[in-house]
Amino acid sequence: MPGVSSARAERLVNLVLCLLSTRQYLSADRIRTTVPGYADAPTDEAFFRMFERDKAELRDLGVPLETGRLSAFDAVDGYRIARHDYELGDIDLAPDEAAAVALAGRLWDGPELAGAAHRALVKLRAAGVEVDERAGAGVEPRVRATEPAFAPLLAAVQTGRVVTFTHRPHPSAEPRLRTVEPWGVVSWRGRWYLVGHDRDRDDVRCFRVSRIGVPVEASGPAGKVVALAGVDLVGLVRRSAGPPPVTGSARVWVASGRALGLRRVGRVLGPRAHDGRPGEELELELRGRETVARWVAGHGPDVAVLDPPELAAAVGRIWAAAAAAHIEPVPVGGS
Amino acid sequence: MTAPRLPRLLSLVPYLLAHPGVRVAQAAADFGVGEKQLRRDLELLWMCGLPGYGPGDLVDLSFTGDTVTVTEDAGMRRPLRLTTAEATALLVALRALAEVPGMVDTEVVRRAVAKIEAAVGGADRPAAVAVGIGAREEAATGAVRAALDSGRALRIRYYTASRDVVADRTVDPMRLLLVEGRGYLEAWCRSAEAVRLFRLDRIDRVEELTEPAAPPPSALPTDLSAGLFRPAPEQRVAVLRLNAQARWVGEYYPVDEVVEQDDGGADVRMRFTDDAWMVRLVLGLGGRARVLEPDSLRAAVLDRARQAIAAS
Repeated sequence: MPGVSSARAERLVNLVLCLLSTRQYLSADRIRTTVPGYADAPTDEAFFRMFERDKAELRDLGVPLETGRLSAFDAVDGYRIARHDYELGDIDLAPDEAAAVALAGRLWDGPELAGAAHRALVKLRAAGVEVDERAGAGVEPRVRATEPAFAPLLAAVQTGRVVTFTHRPHPSAEPRLRTVEPWGVVSWRGRWYLVGHDRDRDDVRCFRVSRIGVPVEASGPAGKVVALAGVDLVGLVRRSAGPPPVTGSARVWVASGRALGLRRVGRVLGPRAHDGRPGEELELELRGRETVARWVAGHGPDVAVLDPPELAAAVGRIWAAAAAAHIEPVPVGGS
Repeated sequence: MTAPRLPRLLSLVPYLLAHPGVRVAQAAADFGVGEKQLRRDLELLWMCGLPGYGPGDLVDLSFTGDTVTVTEDAGMRRPLRLTTAEATALLVALRALAEVPGMVDTEVVRRAVAKIEAAVGGADRPAAVAVGIGAREEAATGAVRAALDSGRALRIRYYTASRDVVADRTVDPMRLLLVEGRGYLEAWCRSAEAVRLFRLDRIDRVEELTEPAAPPPSALPTDLSAGLFRPAPEQRVAVLRLNAQARWVGEYYPVDEVVEQDDGGADVRMRFTDDAWMVRLVLGLGGRARVLEPDSLRAAVLDRARQAIAAS
């Protein structure tokens, strides 16, 4: 049996049952003589080692082990588990709510969060909630969170603590140290972003989580960081990582039946011939000339920019550069 | 993943109390372990109990056929509270679900969140995690979910980016997926006679048909465990040299191999299905990307660039 041996598992279950059933604090000696398994310890030292390990294991599992003395006459600290703190409260979920919980339980794609969510579902089932793993069939949302920095950042957001980490603005850039008040983590287009107040730049910033190095150091007291009221986290990421805002419009000729992707993002104004070829005139939103020029230029002779002239010039430069870069094969090992 | 044993042992008696006469196989499935392991767990619990450890103090179970019932619980009536990590994983997932427009009924999720928060004690901080999707996806998500709920076939107008074409197709919806940050309709495509994933932001029109959705028995759900983009035999490979300004291409598209260059650029190995798509990508990058392999692709980019210059 990996992890806990049967004898140890049995001893730990008995220890939990014993401490749950007592109102008094039980001393270690008392536990040693009462709970089966501890009597096997050959020496005092062996017993205390065993008992320390068991206490640590229970605390790791989240068992609220209390330490104290009931009266001034008790010579040493004793132990007990307050049932109220131990037991999961009543949960009464309607079938549609339970289906949503089942869906949430399998949302995470990545070992840490998926494991924790599974353990939560097991406990809910043990509390009598009918969580059907197959519920919500037909809808299958999965969110991958495998970046090493994800878990510590999420923990910092949850506890409201300031974080310090190294971040690369680009994959090949030198990492820089950042101190951030974290407001939230946002998944947008399959990528995770940390949103928060960057203390060094005294401004709101979004950081790609995959470009944040570990370790992420949390500092300061819990609850110190509070997000701006009503802040739209997704909106902040969309503005920071999405296409630039619209600055104007362009008119582009597209050949008949070509550049379908470009037509989808634009508006067809009507038929128009260009250089003797039939086609349509298209109106496109201009969002940062670079991006639109790239979209348009990719279609080569199937498009022609009618207006503005700056866009036409930019597209022409792209074609000239692409042609120059591909005139000859790149020699192996050369650049 | 084998779940650790002690948490399972502590949950097992309360579980059996809540499910009297449950089949051992069902209990094993609910705990995510094999039946043999679950029987070993039950045998162990049988040895546990309260100080005194007499007949009335021990956990007692009764087996009938392949079912099991608890007759003495030794005071272990409720499962242990959720740990912070467990509550976080579940509540954050629920909130993220509620944030994806159209995927689930947001009101239902909010009710579930409130009940779980009340039970685990103390609401944690709101809005820690959000999952955003684009406006085009939002529109299609609602229509696709409605079709799934009503069990009807759909006619969709779909843009295939790899071939740069828009076409109408009749599909039998199977699932609504959210994978790697994008929404997809998984459906049996009647013209391709295969299961296809349709990106929601590329569905331009949705029309619900009166006939029921009827994917054939051979239509199996896509295995998502290895990610969406798996190498397919019909795909071709290109090696591109990206300069620093085009370095983003290696992050935006799935690439097999990245070799970083000193100038901030990188050489990337990319799979693609359609030559015209790859030519469009490289041509639009205007010299910020150079085709290293195959040479036929380099020649095609050069050819298109020259034609474009000649026509302008």
